[in-house]
Amino acid sequence: MSKKKTTRRAFLKGSVAVGSAAFTAGTSVKAMEGDPLITEPQEWAQFTGDGVDATPYGMPIDFESDVVRRNVGWLTADTISSVNFTPIHALDGTITPQGCAFERNHSGAIELPKEDYRLMINGLVDRPLVFTYEDLQRFPRENHVYFCECAANTGMEWAGAQLNGAQFTHGMIHNMEYTGIPLRTLLNEAGLRPEGSWVFVEGADASSNGRSIPIEKALDDVFVAFKANGEALRKEHGYPVRLVVPGWEGNMWVKWLRRVEVTDQPIESREETSKYTDTLADGTSRKWTWVMDAKSVITSPSPQTPIKHGSGPLVISGLAWSGHGAITRVDVTLDGGENWFRARLANPGETKALTRFYLDIDWNGKDMFLQSRAHDETGYVQPSKEQLRNVRGLNSIYHNNCIQTWWVKKGGEVENVEVS
Amino acid sequence: MSKSRNLFFLLSLSVIFVLALAYNFADRNIAKLPPDPRTVNAQYDFDLRIIAAANAANAPLEGTGPLGLGRKALKQEIVAWDLEIAPDGTGLPVGSGSVSYGEEIFSEQCSVCHGDFAEGVDRWPELAGGEGTLADEDPLKTVGSYWPHLSTAWDYIHRSMPYGYAQSLSDDDVYAMLAYILYSNDIIEDEEFVLSNENFLDVEMPNANGFIIDDRDVTEYPLFSGDPCMKDCKLKVEVTMRARVLDVTPEDDGS
Repeated sequence: MSKKKTTRRAFLKGSVAVGSAAFTAGTSVKAMEGDPLITEPQEWAQFTGDGVDATPYGMPIDFESDVVRRNVGWLTADTISSVNFTPIHALDGTITPQGCAFERNHSGAIELPKEDYRLMINGLVDRPLVFTYEDLQRFPRENHVYFCECAANTGMEWAGAQLNGAQFTHGMIHNMEYTGIPLRTLLNEAGLRPEGSWVFVEGADASSNGRSIPIEKALDDVFVAFKANGEALRKEHGYPVRLVVPGWEGNMWVKWLRRVEVTDQPIESREETSKYTDTLADGTSRKWTWVMDAKSVITSPSPQTPIKHGSGPLVISGLAWSGHGAITRVDVTLDGGENWFRARLANPGETKALTRFYLDIDWNGKDMFLQSRAHDETGYVQPSKEQLRNVRGLNSIYHNNCIQTWWVKKGGEVENVEVS
Repeated sequence: MSKSRNLFFLLSLSVIFVLALAYNFADRNIAKLPPDPRTVNAQYDFDLRIIAAANAANAPLEGTGPLGLGRKALKQEIVAWDLEIAPDGTGLPVGSGSVSYGEEIFSEQCSVCHGDFAEGVDRWPELAGGEGTLADEDPLKTVGSYWPHLSTAWDYIHRSMPYGYAQSLSDDDVYAMLAYILYSNDIIEDEEFVLSNENFLDVEMPNANGFIIDDRDVTEYPLFSGDPCMKDCKLKVEVTMRARVLDVTPEDDGS
């Protein structure tokens, strides 16, 4: 009896520290007395809750207040020209809620009223045009789900295992359902001239981020979006209108889109020469590395979401994506790459969108080195960091799509490591 | 018969309503409503909401594309926004600026972040130095050591700098600042140098030939494809690096 009590006290003490573990463990430990959450009436079962107007636009419940974007202070000089990270370790499914989807701004998130919004199409077109937000609402609309990944996602890991959390290593990504208009519709409205071979797209903020996009891509799937996940874009994602460039690096997804100019040459702007270029071992650099290659990461367990339930059934969950098309397969290893298992895709992969995968295992409670490996419809297989370094050398920053390793220790703690 | 008359009556009413709405809306919001919005001149403080209201009142549509949406961009508007400069100098305005004047305005407007000699302060970017370091571990990438085109620097300074007060520099200021940055990088050695639209393309950028077009489809994709090993793929697995040891993760990580 006394032993049992000690166990219970230890459990209660532990429940403060581990929180979510309390619920599952509780029912078995207190079988004799019954779980007070069940045997005793709880306040939420006795008293009334909030009225319908308490939160006209709801925020997540307080208990989820740790599921937020986070920034890495040492990474940038200030928070205006900076980036923060999606809490992918705490999310599931594939759609990223706008409120916690990563932000990357070059001159801060501006507030541009819809009424003051203007979009200009000029350059090599028959009719340079200006559209208001209301004009855009009158074009035939489409809906598409796409991931947006910063080219620098996982960039800090190039030199080795650095940041201890999937949010920090892989959180410069989000995946939303966009509503908007194909760019080709707007180019047709202005009358694209045959000599137009590029478009230069630019934002209305002070950074005036401008990027050159080949006309083939512009006419293919580039998209002018004004809604995400059913509602207006958030200001940090370019309200009222942003560009969506499916499968290509996030820097090209110009926010607060104000102008599309058809040109006969690339502009070679700051963001496509001094940044977002990839220096190889011999000092030459790749430019126009637009596509985000296939990549995946296990989001849970991961350093910020350790295993708290001990051995037994364990859900290994992760995300995979490819800028070349749909994810067709994901492999997961528990032993650092000695043996691999095919993970279960929650849904068939969709082109240029996040795919959720699961591997359901019976954990023996021993150390694991978890890795995932994505395959896409082109036959591309996500490489190891070593494979990438063999081609690119050690000075790359962008486009690090290497296989990530999480070291799960006996107690369930998880650490970001590199393995041989 | 009476049904269609009723319909016609309703239709007329609604047209009158829309016209009245447009008139009132226009009247309240703009002092000098041009007689025809299609011939609007930029000197009017016009507002597209008026044009939208006029469209609603069945005025002829502004655009002449397939859907007739939007309106023609005016010359003045294109001039105001179409600012970017291409590597061949397309878009470069007439103007000039000296190294010495550039040094003066650089120290006033830029040095707080970029340093007096363009060497960078804290984590703000260095603009000078680093030549010959691109193949080193941790290369120093600056306007001088890395940027392939001078047009890029002119365009970026002109459209996006100074940080916090963009598009406040005159064209001559931009030429002068850039002349000073070139001087700081030893690309220009003459301190009397004046950069202008005339000699702009004569400046040779050291890393002009340092870039290749994305070649991943040749150098990487063939290596990263095919059926990978699934069983007994490695003899041993050892930890070679640990994030905990490096300890650079923010403390509030939510775990």
